[in-house]
Amino acid sequence: MTVYLPIAEISVSIFLLIGLGAGVGFLGGVFGVGGGFLMTPFLMFIGIPPAVAVASTANQVIAGAVTSAYSHWRRRTIDLRMAWIVVAGGFVGSLAGVGIFGLLRRFGQIDLFISLSYVVLLGTVGVLMAVEATRTFLRQRRPSGARRRLHEHFWMHGLPFKMRFPRSRLYISVLMPLTLSFAVGLLSGVMGVGGGFVMVPAMIYLLGMPTQVVPGTAQVQIVFVAASATLLQAIQHQTVDALLAFILLTGGVVGSHFGSVMSQRLRGEQLRGLLALLLLAVAGKLLFDLTVTPDDAFSISLPMRR
Amino acid sequence: MGSPATLLLLLTLLTAVAGRPATAEPLAADVSSHLIAITTGFTGSDVVLFGSTDGPGDVVVLVRGPEGRATVRRKDRVAGFWINVQSVVFDRVPAFFAIAANRDVTMFTSPALRLREQLGTQFLRFDTRTVVPPRTAEVFREALLRNKQAEGLYAEQPSAVRFLGERLFRANIRFPANVPTGTYTVDVLLVRDGDVVAAQATPLVISKIGVGAEISDVAHRYAAIYGLVAVVAAAMAGWLAGIIFRRA
Repeated sequence: MTVYLPIAEISVSIFLLIGLGAGVGFLGGVFGVGGGFLMTPFLMFIGIPPAVAVASTANQVIAGAVTSAYSHWRRRTIDLRMAWIVVAGGFVGSLAGVGIFGLLRRFGQIDLFISLSYVVLLGTVGVLMAVEATRTFLRQRRPSGARRRLHEHFWMHGLPFKMRFPRSRLYISVLMPLTLSFAVGLLSGVMGVGGGFVMVPAMIYLLGMPTQVVPGTAQVQIVFVAASATLLQAIQHQTVDALLAFILLTGGVVGSHFGSVMSQRLRGEQLRGLLALLLLAVAGKLLFDLTVTPDDAFSISLPMRR
Repeated sequence: MGSPATLLLLLTLLTAVAGRPATAEPLAADVSSHLIAITTGFTGSDVVLFGSTDGPGDVVVLVRGPEGRATVRRKDRVAGFWINVQSVVFDRVPAFFAIAANRDVTMFTSPALRLREQLGTQFLRFDTRTVVPPRTAEVFREALLRNKQAEGLYAEQPSAVRFLGERLFRANIRFPANVPTGTYTVDVLLVRDGDVVAAQATPLVISKIGVGAEISDVAHRYAAIYGLVAVVAAAMAGWLAGIIFRRA
């Protein structure tokens, strides 16, 4: 059974889309990430135009982020003050991201840019995860007893505009979370990702936030940044395929639920190793597609309707 | 009554109304459907054109989609990657073009006529938006034609028009699944002794129908509201999922 996607303007099997949503959702649930960074490349592989893939993924990411932000809200594991700061930074970032997106689209370089961004991002994250998983695996037999400090002080802590974050027990410059969330907002605007896989480690290692409030706070930011990216893409480029997003998130919510149930029974470092391999494979495929000689060096692009 | 001036006026009027001075109805044609609806499961459509002539002659059918701007980009290898390096913008490019006749058009028309009436994809006229060297423009024009043909949007069907006897004819016009929406014109020409003696134009509308069409329409016309609805719908779905999967 195929469904005609009104914005992507192609017919795709509905089971393929639900399966894709469920599969990516499951992986996201297992690893505790949103999975947006896997969704966009897979949509591109099945023939969705990259610009539509990015904007629709941003739309779909909202659902999963609301689900987890809601559950963190009930467990009171959100630093609200920090959340508003990173939402503000993320909003400005997504504004800039969508602007850059439009500029690149005008010059006919958006497809290249999206692919290259994913190659760099997935390649980097994949390598880091592979290294980390291998290290954990090797270290397992000799556990170290030394307890590390909460966070190290470095040049960033000398920045002005210091602010207190009682929930996180921090007294840091407001510029740090603002810059960080701006960068993540950029990613969201240009690549459609929620950015949790960047935000979570950065909050822990760069800002020094306590681990238990990090996922919830990051999810609040993802909700608002993905929402603003979706809205801006819809207004400026009309590339949000709501039908596509809705089919994907239907599969996604179910998949991510079972993924998170499963994650409690599986061994972390082996799974992380597998995810790293998957990321590297996707990055490799994107890279290959960019370098393979096209059938026709010429292509037509029709103007944006309006 | 009957002064030469009145007669001349009457004749002029008649000519203006009839379009081409000829005997009564040299050519009449119509299509089986004036509206093609693209629904969710659209896989292309066939439209039957039928008509009659007042005697022997050759029939050419031209189907033309809405005209618009098209950007043709050329990729080149830069540091190992294939990236777009050059582009030419063309104006007045028909989104769809098909030509059909009862036999090879070159057998009964002169090159001058083919050029004038644009009988064939290579005779389509579209201009570059900015001044481009003629050699470059030609290369990009050919690429545009080649891409459109590969997509099935520019087609030449030399013998798609069938005569049933001497005067009646019919033709099958094939619209592929990726046919662009808009108002089309179907021009039927009657060619006799190397010249067009009669012509008729029929409009044809291709539009999206159903949920998909409405989504696409709203997305372009009320972009902000559409975006807002998309965001709220996703958020509601996520919130609902949170309640459903909540451990009691």
